Amino acid sequence: MRSDTDRKLRRILSDVLGLTEDQVEELTPDTGLFGHLPELDSMAVAGLFTEMEDRLGISIDDDEIDADLLETYGALLAFAEAKREAA
Amino acid sequence: MTSESYPCPLPGGAAAREYALSFDKGRAVRMLVVPALFDEANKLRHLTVEVMRRLHGAGIDCFLPDLPGTNESLRDLAGVELEDWRMAVEAAARHFGATHLLALRGGGLLVPGGLPGWLYAPVKGASLLKTMLRARILASREAGLEETSEALLERGLEQGLELAGFILSGEMIRQLQAAMPAGDARLTVIEQDLVEGRPLWLRAEPDHDPAQADALAAIVSLGCKA
Repeated sequence: MRSDTDRKLRRILSDVLGLTEDQVEELTPDTGLFGHLPELDSMAVAGLFTEMEDRLGISIDDDEIDADLLETYGALLAFAEAKREAA
Repeated sequence: MTSESYPCPLPGGAAAREYALSFDKGRAVRMLVVPALFDEANKLRHLTVEVMRRLHGAGIDCFLPDLPGTNESLRDLAGVELEDWRMAVEAAARHFGATHLLALRGGGLLVPGGLPGWLYAPVKGASLLKTMLRARILASREAGLEETSEALLERGLEQGLELAGFILSGEMIRQLQAAMPAGDARLTVIEQDLVEGRPLWLRAEPDHDPAQADALAAIVSLGCKA
């Protein structure tokens, strides 16, 4: 059973990366994001975090955004879950 | 589809010609299409023109003006303010005799009063600015340079700033911070949920979705007949 954050985050990634439903379903905590996805430039990453703020109701400082966060889907999800718990 | 031009006001009272993409058969409904802004303008260009083709097919004339400093414009974007874009849109509406308008995303910040129409997924100026500032900070960080939104904004307001490849004047930044989508009762908001599909302005690689163009054109053309 996926959490609400997990479902919303998959949807956001699918919007930014143009993933199909199947590709979205195949995301696992170990799926690599940044560095594995050449099309993810700084504008796309910026858009990704702004959408996360809007759709997850969280606020993200620019200094919190670093490469580790985008290393895997699991890392990004853990960050989003923690942010929502603290909100 | 033809390339027309319209007289766009210059500071000081003169006017320059700016291009506009046009489907003009002298029909009763004349739709001014106000483009999305900055990076989103590129991401939504294909969708925008495809919506226009469909509206044309549905018997609606449409016009997509170049904003000063964008596309084919000879103006230097670094000297342009948001207010100049508002005046350009108003001038285009007058020149083409617009009866309705369709504004996409940030285009909703520029719409003149008095025309009925639609705002597709409108966005605040501050949100556009925030995402562009964030992109710049991320790009700089990759290049080993630490920047902050606060410091960039302060500098930008004073002397202008390059964001996402666009050189924005201090006035452009100041006006963007406060700009809100038009709140006219004659304007209907079309949110992405109604169009379905994934928002194309968010896409890392520009893409197109004919189904979204169909949906947007259907909503607008049905609304014109109502």
